[in-house]
Amino acid sequence: MSIVSPLVQPVLLIALPLVGSIMAFLLSSRRATVGVAVVAGNLGLVGGLIGRLCATGPWQHSVGGWGAPLGIDLYLDGLSATMLAMTALVSLGISAYSAAYFSATAARHFWPLWLLLLAAMNALFLSRDLFNLYVTLELVGIAAVALTAMRGQRDALVAAMRYLLTTLLGSMSYLLGVALLYHSVGSVDMVLIGETPVPPPVAAAAFALMAVGLLLKTALFPFHFWLPGAHSSASAPVSAALSALVVKVGFYILLRLWIEVFPALADEIAGLLGFLGGVAVLWGSLQAILQQRAKMLVAYSTVAQLGYFFLALPLVAAGGSRVWGAIVLLVLAHALAKAAMFMAAGNLLAFAGHDRIRDLDRVVQRMPLTAAALGLAGVSIMGLPPSGGFSGKWLLLQASLEQGNWPIALVLLLGGVLAAVYVFKLLEHIFTSGTPTGEPRAVARTMEWAPLMLAIGAIALGFLTTTVLDLLAVGEPFVPGRRDDY
Amino acid sequence: MTPAQLYALVGIGLFFVGLYALGVRRHLLPRILALNIMGSGVFVVLVALARRSSEVDPVPHAMVITGIVVAVSATALALRLMLRVAHATGSAQLTDTGDD
Amino acid sequence: MIINPAFSATLPVALVASSLLPGLIIFALAEESVRLRTALNLLGALSKLLLVALMLWGVYHEAAFETRFELLPGLPLVLRADALSLLFITLSAQLWFLTTIYAVGYLEGSPHRSRFFGFFSLCVTATVGVAMAGNLLTFILFYEMLTLSTYPLVVHRGTAVARRAGEAYLLYTVLGGVLLLLGAVWLYTLTGTLAFRPQGVVGDLDARHHTSLIIIFVLLIGGLGVKAALLPLHGWLPKAMVAPAPVSALLHAVAVVKAGAFGIVRVVYDIFGIQFAATLGVMMPLAWLASATIIYGSVRALFQDDLKRRLAYSTVSQVSYIALGVALVGPLASVGGLVHLVHQGLMKITLFFCAGNLAETLGIHKISEMNGVARRMPWTMTAFTVASLGMIGVPPIAGFISKWYLSLGAMEVGADWVLLVLAGSSALNALYFLPILYRAWFLEPAGDWPQERHYPRAETSLALLIPPVITATLALAAGLLASVPASPQEWAKLVVLREFLDP
Repeated sequence: MSIVSPLVQPVLLIALPLVGSIMAFLLSSRRATVGVAVVAGNLGLVGGLIGRLCATGPWQHSVGGWGAPLGIDLYLDGLSATMLAMTALVSLGISAYSAAYFSATAARHFWPLWLLLLAAMNALFLSRDLFNLYVTLELVGIAAVALTAMRGQRDALVAAMRYLLTTLLGSMSYLLGVALLYHSVGSVDMVLIGETPVPPPVAAAAFALMAVGLLLKTALFPFHFWLPGAHSSASAPVSAALSALVVKVGFYILLRLWIEVFPALADEIAGLLGFLGGVAVLWGSLQAILQQRAKMLVAYSTVAQLGYFFLALPLVAAGGSRVWGAIVLLVLAHALAKAAMFMAAGNLLAFAGHDRIRDLDRVVQRMPLTAAALGLAGVSIMGLPPSGGFSGKWLLLQASLEQGNWPIALVLLLGGVLAAVYVFKLLEHIFTSGTPTGEPRAVARTMEWAPLMLAIGAIALGFLTTTVLDLLAVGEPFVPGRRDDY
Repeated sequence: MTPAQLYALVGIGLFFVGLYALGVRRHLLPRILALNIMGSGVFVVLVALARRSSEVDPVPHAMVITGIVVAVSATALALRLMLRVAHATGSAQLTDTGDD
Repeated sequence: MIINPAFSATLPVALVASSLLPGLIIFALAEESVRLRTALNLLGALSKLLLVALMLWGVYHEAAFETRFELLPGLPLVLRADALSLLFITLSAQLWFLTTIYAVGYLEGSPHRSRFFGFFSLCVTATVGVAMAGNLLTFILFYEMLTLSTYPLVVHRGTAVARRAGEAYLLYTVLGGVLLLLGAVWLYTLTGTLAFRPQGVVGDLDARHHTSLIIIFVLLIGGLGVKAALLPLHGWLPKAMVAPAPVSALLHAVAVVKAGAFGIVRVVYDIFGIQFAATLGVMMPLAWLASATIIYGSVRALFQDDLKRRLAYSTVSQVSYIALGVALVGPLASVGGLVHLVHQGLMKITLFFCAGNLAETLGIHKISEMNGVARRMPWTMTAFTVASLGMIGVPPIAGFISKWYLSLGAMEVGADWVLLVLAGSSALNALYFLPILYRAWFLEPAGDWPQERHYPRAETSLALLIPPVITATLALAAGLLASVPASPQEWAKLVVLREFLDP
């Protein structure tokens, strides 16, 4: 065991990046070193926590000794651990990439914001009560908006503004829902609210408000309008962070609410959400196919892939933990693959000076690592074996066929075909000749290795499926009720 | 109707007034103000509904204070960003798609 | 025979690794490291041959080689070497070795060889994985890997034509993959297993599932039929001819089409079970479809002037012999279909090697340019002649053996119409091969060759000459020595014996 008292570790996940953020702000040089060191430390901490989780089971920790309702409780179970691990791994890749990507002036803004974002996301995944989730959600949103705007170009600023307005609207809606629930139950603890009878009109109103807020943040069709602009106009590592991580936090909260707080109400709208998810998959994929620029293609791919999470929701009523597990697997696989794709697209942009797909001239031989990263990430996005994307898709297909839900099965399959169209649209131009438009510039090695490692991770996830599913099951997060033993 | 319930209704009303303005107004400054008003509406609801039994519950008050801090930070960011957008595009309105 | 368990588990993995590892290393090599790359390629190919020989000996003595890894909850990845796998693997290993030599010679001086050989090795890895798949999940995994690793080979030249061919290839294979996946998952929900077991795994399901099973069969055969170029899913094959000759040779003799045909054999024998499939009533339609493909492919071949396209349509026709052999529910027909897996491979690869030689040495792409070429390239054209005669079914070359067993098998089950199909196919084969031979051997050259290159030692580079001569000899030997215990015919009989007649 570590020399630090075991009780302190979850807090360190928040404190370390926070301190790192401040240091990065104050320092005048070596920001990247601090950043990467912090993120590496974060990964180590997460590893240690997972080890402890598997040994002793889920547990709860009250920050500063002040328990709820006045203090803040941090809770760790299999689901939080998995999300923390996802964040830690992808963050490491993004940080390594960013160390080489940003100039010194840009780094001045990037690292403090990025570490703040990491702290906020860690805090979110460790939170267990509704209000703390609100605070951390806002923090994540603000940091993400600032990072989006950081590039300073006109399209980034406009997209960031739209993103900010949307995300604040979402938060306000969510908070109003929390207020209504609090008045009814007297607590913001999710499990307690789930166990307490709430007058149906209040529950329905609260659920509607919170769901709308979270759906805005998770960009489910038709609330996706802000995403393509924001994700494509940000700098490459920021785009990676937005698509891989930021957009998932809203879904995570929705998942927790679905299981703990509103199971009955949620099942009623599962069909609607499934339908919207299906539309997102098909429409997002079609839009991706039509794009001329690589980053827009990848951004629309995110819209489509997010749709899969919602597409599967009608299956959870009968499928339970198995379906939730498959969904989380898809979330993980997407995080790894999409971060890799955005970073690889960033490499293309840096190399050729543009990201027009048609004019990419045989990039594969001059940036083979980037091409490999795109290829492997594409395999996961398409849901081809072996990859995390394939495992999730198989499990969902299995569940939908077992439940006789043919529309979902067909959308899953069709989505894979459409994904193949847009992935290969990008890849084929990498193999074949286009119109060279100028002198290519060399891309740093780190910038090529980072996406490749993450893409390999997405493939490796295909072989680690059972391990991840076992980790997820610790603490039975998909069954309502309290399970900690602390 | 008790004063508390009246305040709560006012809060919800503020929320929807802000929502309407957010959707309808094009200029960024009123939209940011609209978000602030929505936030204030939620805070009013929280405080108004704080009396759950004979004692007043301090937790919603704590939530409101936290919320105000968050809202201030968000507003600061929004205003600064609005200025940057206006500087870059020459207008303080968001062009093309994107609404609500 | 009992083998040390550690050994029996590692051998399948080693077989996969013997082409995977060199492939991954080759990707990292610089374009100029020709010697190292060639050495790695040959090392991989030779080690694979050695491992296959070990396995052959083992399986012949009834040893078991299996490796498992849990991929999805309750569904493992299984690599297993049984008699049927070895039929395919042996073919692949030998032909990979020869194609490597050929490709080194063919691509000499071409750009992007590291990339080519890297994907080439991945392609063989996938083929070996397909052959050793012990359940349908493993099969799908390597089957899709085959798609992904062959695409870069098809678009290798990087031209707009290559890109369009790649798009067509992808369209067909991705859709095929979808059908296969749907069929597999559905099957899994019905039976709870995807294992390949002799006599199948669905026999115990009760009658109300029979409609579902028929649809699943159609889905699976559809998905596999794309790669196996069954009518009407064959469209990608002629278009893929834009790839370099070693790719066409590999795709059409060994990897892609055979993977599809092999899959059909597995599905019919080890998922459905031949008897159960017959009771479901799906075997006759399959036989009709295979027959239609046989005739259609041959007819289209008649009208092609481009040599490789003619050979492509010939492949469309010939690979369906395997499906036909399977669909005629009888051991003799099964032997005919299975043995043709090997025989067609040997003959077709010879033909493609020769076509590549003609293109590389003399710039010949069309049959009309082939007048008198036999005088200029006698060895190549001899190999071509042997292979063509084999395709027509002239004894004692291997193709005759396959047709003989198929005919006997057809008579055994009373499907006499199949004899007409076989005879018609042979006649059509003669119609499109004999004119080529006549032109090459008996006509005078029309003028200068389109683009001649001279080689010091022989009619063409030795690396290009030796492989087709070897494969033609093997095709002849497989026919002449068919009764020798190690021949493809005897091995196919062993497979049939073990899989269908053992209780």
